Amino acid sequence: MNGADTAFVLISAALVMVMTPGLAFFYGGMVRVKSALNMLMMSFVSMGIVSVLWVLYGYSLAFGADNGGVIGNFDHIGLKGIDTTTLTGGDEGIPVFAFALFQLMFAVLTPALMSGALADRVKFSAWGLFIALWATVVYFPVAHWVWAEGGWLYELEVIDFAGGTAVHINAGIGALAAVLVVGRRIGFRDDPMRPHSLPLVMLGAALLWFGWFGFNAGSALAADGTAATMALNTQVAPGAAMLGWLAYERVRHGAFTTLGAASGAVAGLVAITPAGAHVNAMGAILIGLLAGAACSWAVSLKYKLGYDDSLDVVGVHLVGGIIGTLLVGILAVDGAGGAGQFGKQAVGAFSVMAYSFAVSWLLAKLIQSTIGFRADEDDEVAGLDQVFHAETAYDASAVGSSSGVRGTAVRGSGALRTRGNSDGSSDGSSDGSTETNQKVDA
Amino acid sequence: MKLITAVIKPHRLDEVKDALQAFGVQGLTVTEASGYGRQRGHTEVYRGAEYTVDLVPKVRIEVLVEDEDAEHLIEVVVKASRTGKIGDGKVWSVPVDTAVRVRTGERGPDAL
Repeated sequence: MNGADTAFVLISAALVMVMTPGLAFFYGGMVRVKSALNMLMMSFVSMGIVSVLWVLYGYSLAFGADNGGVIGNFDHIGLKGIDTTTLTGGDEGIPVFAFALFQLMFAVLTPALMSGALADRVKFSAWGLFIALWATVVYFPVAHWVWAEGGWLYELEVIDFAGGTAVHINAGIGALAAVLVVGRRIGFRDDPMRPHSLPLVMLGAALLWFGWFGFNAGSALAADGTAATMALNTQVAPGAAMLGWLAYERVRHGAFTTLGAASGAVAGLVAITPAGAHVNAMGAILIGLLAGAACSWAVSLKYKLGYDDSLDVVGVHLVGGIIGTLLVGILAVDGAGGAGQFGKQAVGAFSVMAYSFAVSWLLAKLIQSTIGFRADEDDEVAGLDQVFHAETAYDASAVGSSSGVRGTAVRGSGALRTRGNSDGSSDGSSDGSTETNQKVDA
Repeated sequence: MKLITAVIKPHRLDEVKDALQAFGVQGLTVTEASGYGRQRGHTEVYRGAEYTVDLVPKVRIEVLVEDEDAEHLIEVVVKASRTGKIGDGKVWSVPVDTAVRVRTGERGPDAL
């Protein structure tokens, strides 16, 4: 066992973990205050759902022995057959548990990325079901294609160092499919939908950037020069992308916005993800600048084309992912670049887009037509925090604050009523019949 | 008695408060408010989406004074809150029938 590599991968796994709550803050600050908790929870709950699925069968499907280049097997259900002494790649490998944990974090993050596209309007139970199904039939197979020995894109030698294709293109196009099924937020293009907390967005972007060092450099699975190159580029590309985004905004809209700086950095991180191990720092600057400028333009497409990708998962992750995935074919400096590689990159990007779009659309349709994907109209307008989570994000006002004593008394007297869901689903939320939070059923 | 109400730019609050204290006002009420006058709102940009924000943050100050002090006090408030730029706000006064000091039950000018 290589101790240095093992330590590095374990630390990297912890870094990647912080990206999911980072994403929760990044998205959570961008929505209106009435559904802020719901947005946080849509990301955060992925750590519950996908962590469990990964152990049950996700790892096995993604990294079990190959079946026809498309999927693993069931040999490692419940991580069966792996123990503390099982290593990857011979005597100098790392424990498979370290590798499985590291990959688990990717599986958690990827479905969470889609949540921003569906902000403010889906039922929480439906979202939970969606990401469970999506991880199972979209993420696990695609991760196998790209990263597992025998996977067809792996064998084709498509470069996806840390997940530009498997994570960002995959989640970006999946989000687009789900948005097309679920529809627009009420008031899209008419009502102002200002971010309720840009400091929270900035905090989220900072946590994402920090965690991304683990995401990118850790993907080397070794504490070596590749990891160092990747780490360097993980700093340089988002820096350049931030400048690219800010420059575009300054010219186009006359201001250097905080949201633009945070979004640009994330776009650069996305774009460098597939490419960073194969380009030098100058290549990373170029990729970053292009990604920043292109994504800042791409986020306006939703208004022109009419799809409500609320927090620009498509404009940032899909577009940024494609830019990085294609450019590495041209800019690779380690001998991998060239027209042939560019073609392979395109095959990788577009095959994942086609598969993920089709299956995500079907899953969303399935949920829409069974338990219903969309929240009630009244709940969407009033805000989802109280209806799905029975909480309020901020209690900043001295007037109208909740009364704990009264709430307890109500519970004790048995008067707590369970909210009747007209659609029969079991969100299980209840609201105490206190004056402050009584839901008015229409 | 008169109730003087001033709706002003938030960053002038400290100046107005100091001026009122110097004038000898014993108490006042401050509320965060929003609104617009002739200046209307401003434009904000979020990822390229431009929103016109009609309602601008303001601070509302309310002071109860005796009739003979009202005119002078209005002058003090206006002077302290003026920047000379658009959006400086408004000050007005209305007559007040009764005022009661809650702790003691004193009424009228004694309650001020």
